[in-house]
Amino acid sequence: MRISTSAADTMEGYNFAYLDEHTKRMIRRAILKAIAIPGYQVPFGSREMPLPYGWGTGGIQVTAAIIGPDDVLKVIDQGSDDTTNAVNIRRFFARTTGVKTTERTGEATIIQTRHRIPETPLRDGQIIVYQVPIPEMLRWLEPREAETRKMHALGEYGAMHVKLYEDIAHHGHIAATYDYPVIVNERYLMRPSPIPKFDNPKMHMNPALQLFGAGREKRIYAVPPYTAVRSLDFEDHPFETQRWEHACELCGATDSFLDEVIMDDRGKRMFVCSDSDYCLARREKQQPAVA
Amino acid sequence: MYVAVKGGEQAILNSWRLLAEQRRGDTRAPELTLAQIRGQLGLAVDRVMAEGSLYDPELAALAIKQAQGDVIEAVFLLRAYRTTLPRLGVSLPIDTGAMRLQRRISATYKDVPGGQVLGATYDYTQRLLDFQLAAGGTVASAAVAASALPAAPRITEIMGSEGLLAAETPAADDPAPRDLTREPLEFPANRALRLQNLARGDEGFLLALGYSTQRGYANTHPFAGEIRQGTVSVEVVPEELGFAIEIGEIAVTECQMVNQFAGSATQPPQFTRGYGLVFGACERKAMAMALVDRSLRAEELGEAVTAPAQMQEFVLYHSDNVEASGFVQHLKLPHYVDFQSELELVRKLRARYAAAQPKSTDTAEAA
Amino acid sequence: MMTETPLLEIQNLGYRYGQRAACVDISFDLFPGEVLAVVGESGSGKTTLLRCISGQLRPDTGQVLFQTRASETVDVWAISESARRWLTRTDWGFVHQNPRDGLRADVSAGANIGERLMAIGARHYGNIREEATAWMNKVELDTARIDESPSAFSGGMQQRLQIARNLVSRPRLVFMDEPTAGLDVSVQARLLDLLRGLACDLGLAAVIVTHDLAVARLLAHRTLVMNAGRVVEAGLTDQVLDDPQHPYTQLLVSSALPA
Repeated sequence: MRISTSAADTMEGYNFAYLDEHTKRMIRRAILKAIAIPGYQVPFGSREMPLPYGWGTGGIQVTAAIIGPDDVLKVIDQGSDDTTNAVNIRRFFARTTGVKTTERTGEATIIQTRHRIPETPLRDGQIIVYQVPIPEMLRWLEPREAETRKMHALGEYGAMHVKLYEDIAHHGHIAATYDYPVIVNERYLMRPSPIPKFDNPKMHMNPALQLFGAGREKRIYAVPPYTAVRSLDFEDHPFETQRWEHACELCGATDSFLDEVIMDDRGKRMFVCSDSDYCLARREKQQPAVA
Repeated sequence: MYVAVKGGEQAILNSWRLLAEQRRGDTRAPELTLAQIRGQLGLAVDRVMAEGSLYDPELAALAIKQAQGDVIEAVFLLRAYRTTLPRLGVSLPIDTGAMRLQRRISATYKDVPGGQVLGATYDYTQRLLDFQLAAGGTVASAAVAASALPAAPRITEIMGSEGLLAAETPAADDPAPRDLTREPLEFPANRALRLQNLARGDEGFLLALGYSTQRGYANTHPFAGEIRQGTVSVEVVPEELGFAIEIGEIAVTECQMVNQFAGSATQPPQFTRGYGLVFGACERKAMAMALVDRSLRAEELGEAVTAPAQMQEFVLYHSDNVEASGFVQHLKLPHYVDFQSELELVRKLRARYAAAQPKSTDTAEAA
Repeated sequence: MMTETPLLEIQNLGYRYGQRAACVDISFDLFPGEVLAVVGESGSGKTTLLRCISGQLRPDTGQVLFQTRASETVDVWAISESARRWLTRTDWGFVHQNPRDGLRADVSAGANIGERLMAIGARHYGNIREEATAWMNKVELDTARIDESPSAFSGGMQQRLQIARNLVSRPRLVFMDEPTAGLDVSVQARLLDLLRGLACDLGLAAVIVTHDLAVARLLAHRTLVMNAGRVVEAGLTDQVLDDPQHPYTQLLVSSALPA
């Protein structure tokens, strides 16, 4: 059930990882700056990629800039290695680099992701690359880029709490469920990309390097290893993550983010892990004979 | 029993094959050649070159063929190829005053030095479907001047000499414009950068914005001072030579709109201009571009910024069809993790709402 | 009062729009708890003056000195933009003529009032809400409507909301640009009463720009009269309005206050 791509069908006529070395150097400079200023959005000369904007061009450029022949790449979308977009991006790198790809979180040196952080804790030396559609958390408060950059520079984030206040006033609790705002290293307000808030605590003091790429909006930002990431909240309405009343119906996990699957047209549903590798690994452990 | 969806990879490969089959269509009909596309779908080729920001009719024709005539997809293909090209040098500015004209009209003067040249245009074709064209047939040859048209001065130069039109001189040190495809757009963007963005912007978007200025959303009282279309030389100065050599020629369309301006404390009333320049024979685009360029100058000319076409960030951030198309269409990618989070929330809110309602037996909802 | 340090000192302030001078060589002091009206017809430069002294428009010449709550005198246009923006959220308030310019239209009344508290670090929802409720009471708004959006409020109520939104951070100085213009006469009168009460209770200092001499008479201890960018007369409000010395003031008073 595991897919691995062989290096046999690599692409002729393109540089390793598609981008030319000059461009990679430019992106690496932006990444270094981003690491030096955790949570700050570094503008970069985003290139036009052979994949559409909004489909991970930022993440792809970041991965292309840091990947080397010895790396092992994992690509997930919605937590799964086998959604078409994840497959497509993994194929792209397999063809343009010939590197080994994997579905196992523990084996990967680089994990490119859209909308999830794997359930298996990341370790020292790993890099997780997030695909970011809209990097600016303040955009709903202020549409002008010139002004939001000033608000970041001056650390004027109080208005961000206005939205949270509104949620509590109208719903009794903070209604944001994904793309939930965080403060990085007690300085910059950062948009964690549309991961569920369930994943927010995983960003805090994570041993892995976390890189964020927004291709269309031409921004890169980063959370270095072991950096504080705090989700915004109120003292009397502390940040909380989602909880399920169910366990995964395939592996029995009670600690993972669950996808709801509709089984028939009469509303029958089941809940299964969104992280397909995590789920499979648990099942393999329970039943070593499973094919 | 539920089995997690697998086989994305196989599905993609199958999809590629199906697409190739669809592209080819009925194999009893002869396959399109690039020469046919270049020769007979020339305006599509021009648009793909303009918005793809790459002057290469052969590759543009290939992109159109590969995209089954979907112009935005073809632009995307050309752009993705363009990214991989090395930068060998920068040309000298083209001189549109020395253009070898194929068409040249002015709406502001009845006659002008160099004359009005109608050229090939759909403007006066009466738009009757030509059923003879469906049958295929021969084309009568057109009457053209025996010798090439002489270069004609631009109308704006004639107006400028009278002081009627605001002079547009490069800044003192004439800084090289930044390259939008290499550096991120930052605001406020100067005019060189704005024009660069508009030149590769989506024709439909600019057309609608330009149209909006005519309907009262920032009226700039435009007149089409001059539209000219033809070929110009491209020259470079190789470092080892130190003088300019011609490396080829490109076809462009240039539009100079002349607009009213009331004057200010420091300037007498005079006309100002909006500028459009596009690869190939993209006249509609050049005109729309000139309208939008002028309305984007509102701030520097001390006009109130009230309409979308005057707002830099609005116009420049949304003009690119490759960006727009990608982001609109990314909505078809899976979003079920986010949606799951929203489902949880809505269920929670509904449960709370139901609990707050007075007890009633007949409104029970299926779980 | 004379022995106190001024809260605000304006020294030789000037501003030009191209060829036209909007403010010429303007100087005045404002003391804690004092309400100053700037009157004049439209185009006299009074709104430009207000924008220059409230940190919105950098004057061409002159200084704007302000004494912060830490008793430190700062040159408003010499401190960093960050420090200036901080002032506008803490020690200062600004009441716009049009409440739309001073309110966040897409969030509730409570959030509008609470925003400044959150901007200066309040992170306890219950306390913020309590404070917002208290301020709705003070400006005589129905606290049951705390979760409604400003668009559901009448013009006069929106103006009260804007005042509450400003005063919640206990500013020591409030700038007001024609705060009662555009309201019905009866609504105007109630709002002026409220403003007078608040200024008195809280010891607020205020600079009020108005073309309406009745507003100056009701609220201001002192009045400046502006004409063509210059202050042509200044003094205690009653004196200026009852016994105008400058011909322009005489004209203004006689046309605005028919016997």
